[in-house]
Amino acid sequence: MELTDEQLLAMHRSMIRIRLFEETAGKVMETGKMPGFLHLYVGQEAVAVGVCEALRVDDYITSTHRGHGHLVAKGGDLRRMMAELMGKATGYCGGKGGSMHINDLSLGMLGANGIVGAGAPIAVGAGFRNKYLGTDQVSVAFFGDASTNIGAFHEAANMACALHLPVVFVCEHNMYGEYTPTNKAMVIADIVDRAAGYGMPGVIVDGMDVVAVHEAATEAVARARRGEGPSLVECKTYRYFNHHGIQNLGLKYRPDDEVLAWKERDPIFTFEAKLIDTGVASRELLDATWAEIHAAIDEALQFADDSPFPAEDQMLAGVYS
Amino acid sequence: MSAADVPLPDPGEREITYVAAFIEAVKLEMAADPDVFIAGEDVGAHGGVFHTFDGVQTQFGERRAVDTPISEQAIIGLGIGAAVTGLRPIVDLMFMDFVLVAADQIANQAAKLKYMFGGQAKLPLTITTVGGAGLSAAAQHSQSLEALFCHIPGIKVVFPSNPYDVKGLMAASVREDNPVLFVLHKRMLGQRGAVPVERYEIPLGQARISRPGSDVTLVSWGKTAADSLVAAEQLAGEGIDVEVVDLRTLSPLDIGTVVESVRRTNRVVVAHEAVRFGGFGAEVAAQIQEEAFDYLDAPVGRVAAPFSPVPFTPALETRYVPDPARIAAGVRAAVARPLLGR
Ligand SMILES: Cc1ncc(C[n+]2csc(CCOP(=O)(O)OP(=O)(O)O)c2C)c(N)n1
Ligand SMILES: [Mg+2]
Repeated sequence: MELTDEQLLAMHRSMIRIRLFEETAGKVMETGKMPGFLHLYVGQEAVAVGVCEALRVDDYITSTHRGHGHLVAKGGDLRRMMAELMGKATGYCGGKGGSMHINDLSLGMLGANGIVGAGAPIAVGAGFRNKYLGTDQVSVAFFGDASTNIGAFHEAANMACALHLPVVFVCEHNMYGEYTPTNKAMVIADIVDRAAGYGMPGVIVDGMDVVAVHEAATEAVARARRGEGPSLVECKTYRYFNHHGIQNLGLKYRPDDEVLAWKERDPIFTFEAKLIDTGVASRELLDATWAEIHAAIDEALQFADDSPFPAEDQMLAGVYS
Repeated sequence: MSAADVPLPDPGEREITYVAAFIEAVKLEMAADPDVFIAGEDVGAHGGVFHTFDGVQTQFGERRAVDTPISEQAIIGLGIGAAVTGLRPIVDLMFMDFVLVAADQIANQAAKLKYMFGGQAKLPLTITTVGGAGLSAAAQHSQSLEALFCHIPGIKVVFPSNPYDVKGLMAASVREDNPVLFVLHKRMLGQRGAVPVERYEIPLGQARISRPGSDVTLVSWGKTAADSLVAAEQLAGEGIDVEVVDLRTLSPLDIGTVVESVRRTNRVVVAHEAVRFGGFGAEVAAQIQEEAFDYLDAPVGRVAAPFSPVPFTPALETRYVPDPARIAAGVRAAVARPLLGR
């Protein structure tokens, strides 16, 4: 399927929204104004964007502890996101969830998640609902490479196949789970090898190439919509920063030259080169997008800064509906 | 002579942190017994995300300091299988919240195996984890779930409040032939205190009066026991003499020390960080009224977290976790209650 210029530029814009949102959040965290753990998505933008551009607003996604990118790609409001990260009352979760639980249900997101592997079974539930009601919506489970060592992932993958549900499993293989290289935690190199064990198709794509991700996701999503069952898309990608926080070089568990080599293949800059080469956009146009999103992020930060913290009477609100 | 009869060493002059005391205990047990090893997520090369195993792999190598996949059920299962076949494992769950991911292996397997086997098995398994709130880590990384496991027969639950206790209780936990859930509090890791250099055991199931007093008994454990001492100092300035009982081990519970204290003070408050409803304080309160009903001049007071998940925002989290001020308020209320004639 040929992508229109409009679609390509939308993906470009979405990736920059993630990049700048994350870099800004990281900087704010450094000042001490952002509490808690911040697992940033920088480097992996092409995955969330390539997949979510293949989805409709009414399709569901489940996410992970590294979830800001998924929400931005699904159309998240940067102001409410920034406010949530700062624990403000105007944030998506009223300040109660923070980075690891950020969510907008109205966009079909079923939560970032603090428990590794926990999103996949929930995506299966959403897929079950879609089949049960006979809608053509699909659900997508985003998950990390290392999370596929958790029982919940295996149970979810098998159940989705056994019940023949419209679920797409999207693995973001960034080669590490926290500080452990994934090749020390499993003896297979490709998560996609697991797909066969459940009886679903699986493909590997270059997770730094938003068009490639989009193409693979489009096919998997179409298959699910047609009622042909689950599939797995494995995106080879890389997180630029440390597991949490913004340090990127000088980390004990991964070599700097590996980081630099991946940055050479940056999903945004390589895409921009292609957009210019193919005449889809001029440098000026792309720069204007950066500037515009910079301004939007500044505005989001201002909004978050100006927002109040939740009042104490909010403590018990929402424990039950 | 059993461990219970051995006098505890004097703390001495040397001050180290809560986490350093833990590491010291782990290393001493590993040095003393080649069957002791550690396994868990990022405990080896990284030394644990809270640095609770710093330097263990450097000293003992990869064979005895094992980085596992992210597989909590299998981590506990690995410990059970190795323990029942003769090793003495220390297996780690990075955050206490993840005990729920491994709940079957802990509660249905580890805790019950010995009993179900008609007593055949020994299960010298220590499960270490880091619990508690206070870092804005939100609802799935901040819980105090000790009450869940106190409710399960067959597993012991330890939650130390200071470096001295960490070292001695960890040594006893590793030497224990039953499964032990050993909980460290993430806000206590950097707290310093005097700790002997040598190895010693603090017997499991023995509470300690960490501050003698005559007006009211304050029972707690973990970080709350440390905060209780702070609250007691505040109250001393107001003329209220608080006796603080630090349970150290929750299961088995040393109710004897608590009751003995309550019989002297006639008033008691139980404070903990976990939610109040169904919290372990309820069990302590129930046992106090069973064993010291006639000595009580006021109902057993409780200070604990409200019945909600732990909120992310510091604006709420700081009000969620009982702090010395709230503990002190709970004690004041118990002391202020007049004795009503019947
Ligand atoms: C059940 C559970 N175990 C462990 C953790 C701690 N933890 C958080 S993220 C993470 C690594 C996850 O790696 P991966 O799934 O590859 O995602 P990535 O961080 O690389 O995006 C770990 C071990 C957790 N949150 N939940
Ligand atoms: Mg990973």
